[in-house]
Amino acid sequence: MSYSDKVIDHYNNPRNVGSMDKGSTDVGTGLVGAPECGDVMKLQIKVNPTTNVIEDAKFKTFGCGSAIASSSLATEWVKGKTVDEALAIKNMDIVKELSLPPVKIHCSVLAEDAIRAAIGDWKKKQESTKPVAAEAR
Amino acid sequence: MSTDVKIPQAETQALHTNGKGVKLPIYMDNHATTQMDPRVLEEMLPYFIEKFGNAASRNHSFGWAAEEGVETARERIAKLVGATTKEIIFTSGATESDNLAIKGVAEMYREKGNHIITAVTEHKAVLDTCKRLEKYGYRVTYMPVQKDGLIDLDDLKRAIDDKTILVTIMAANNEIGVLQPVAEIGKLCRERGVIFHTDAVQAIGKIPVDVNKQNIDVMSITGHKLYGPKGVGALYVRRKNPRVQLSALIDGGGHERGMRSGTLNVPGIVGLGKACSLAQEELPQESCRLAGLRNRLRDRIMNRLDETYINGSTEHRLPGNLNISFAYVEGESLLMGINDIAVSSGSACTSATLEPSYVLKALGTGDDLAHSSIRFGIGRFNTEAEVDYVADRVIETVERLRELSPLYEMAKEGINLKDVKWAGEAH
Repeated sequence: MSYSDKVIDHYNNPRNVGSMDKGSTDVGTGLVGAPECGDVMKLQIKVNPTTNVIEDAKFKTFGCGSAIASSSLATEWVKGKTVDEALAIKNMDIVKELSLPPVKIHCSVLAEDAIRAAIGDWKKKQESTKPVAAEAR
Repeated sequence: MSTDVKIPQAETQALHTNGKGVKLPIYMDNHATTQMDPRVLEEMLPYFIEKFGNAASRNHSFGWAAEEGVETARERIAKLVGATTKEIIFTSGATESDNLAIKGVAEMYREKGNHIITAVTEHKAVLDTCKRLEKYGYRVTYMPVQKDGLIDLDDLKRAIDDKTILVTIMAANNEIGVLQPVAEIGKLCRERGVIFHTDAVQAIGKIPVDVNKQNIDVMSITGHKLYGPKGVGALYVRRKNPRVQLSALIDGGGHERGMRSGTLNVPGIVGLGKACSLAQEELPQESCRLAGLRNRLRDRIMNRLDETYINGSTEHRLPGNLNISFAYVEGESLLMGINDIAVSSGSACTSATLEPSYVLKALGTGDDLAHSSIRFGIGRFNTEAEVDYVADRVIETVERLRELSPLYEMAKEGINLKDVKWAGEAH
């Protein structure tokens, strides 16, 4: 099977590789997949608490070239978007952009899951910190 | 040679003598198939144009010339495995040989019994054939293997009962190169009066095989795994002590003693014969050279990278095989990183089931490590310079992908990956 040029580009030059402090309230972490299934993605976002804009995103992925490319692309796309805009990213957008063949669609699904999981984690942190702030008043 | 066809001999010789540089891409997937030896092609060429006759034509010189080529090939194959010429039947390759052996014995000995024994790590040509026979009322025992990939002979002893007609166990595994104790299996089968078939396609020409010393009754052989042509194979069928009979799969003109009808693939057969005689001449030095290259590759990689694991026995193994799992790195992404090198992965990221190698799973290798495995198959045309290049490329790519791997990061943080509740596990 041959890969599209975009997949190869992301594989050779992955964007936004790295990790952020998962303990920070501004950081949301999504960890999806399982080693037994051959794919694990960790996607992290750093959100501006006043504007809800994703200011930074990082990823690390264990998986095939398409999985690496899907998560690399996901970090590129979420950066600069608001949380709600990022939630609108669909796996089929990733399939289209990277020209993924049918057998690789699950890689894009995992990338969408990773975005949702990271945002979910961030939202949970916001909810758990709000009541504390209310009590302080 | 009178045929006006250029044989690419110079190129291959350049690879042989080129001590320093390497020519890319490098082919190191010699369990999948092998490059044909130019000496084999040279032997085959006259049989396409000049000696094109049908080996079954008994009444003219065209037929005689073709028949002579076929019989020379039969002698060469028989000699390599210690058989007689009448015991060699030509087929279209290993899959047909396995089918003919298993289905042929099953049908012929149906009155004696309906039980067949095989192992879970066999090639699909054997496993799927056995599965089909189950539909027709045969009983099949799929023996497990031990952690090193070898079957337990005591398991085999216990599995044989009074309805057992056939034991089919491969000589060398196509993924992990593990060598089964063929001689011991043969001895046991002989004592119990059970026919022993072995798929020896990966072993022939790579390690010594002798049908009498190892008590083999039926044996599959193919051309393209030993630097011969594709689309041609053979089946050894014992004629004495005991005489084994097979029901044919293909009926027709009664070729090959009625066991395999169909006009003989004369050029292919001539090529298979030449490949066997070359293998026989070069086997002792070549197996030593391959083992040396394999060990060099293994040591270079494993001295530099931690958490790499060899799959299967290191002792009972084909000289040219190395199968390694690189923890925290997915096999297909590793293949993509070393795309100027042709090797295989046990990861099945491309398959619909997403199931990794069933052979590695049978050894008890976890799915995570099975996804991380690479099979290197070193062959006749690989050089030391190539091995060094491959080792360097593998090391740099694994290191890069580990930096990209969340699993590697978690392991370095001291997290036990087995304790993590993975989101994907619900599936």
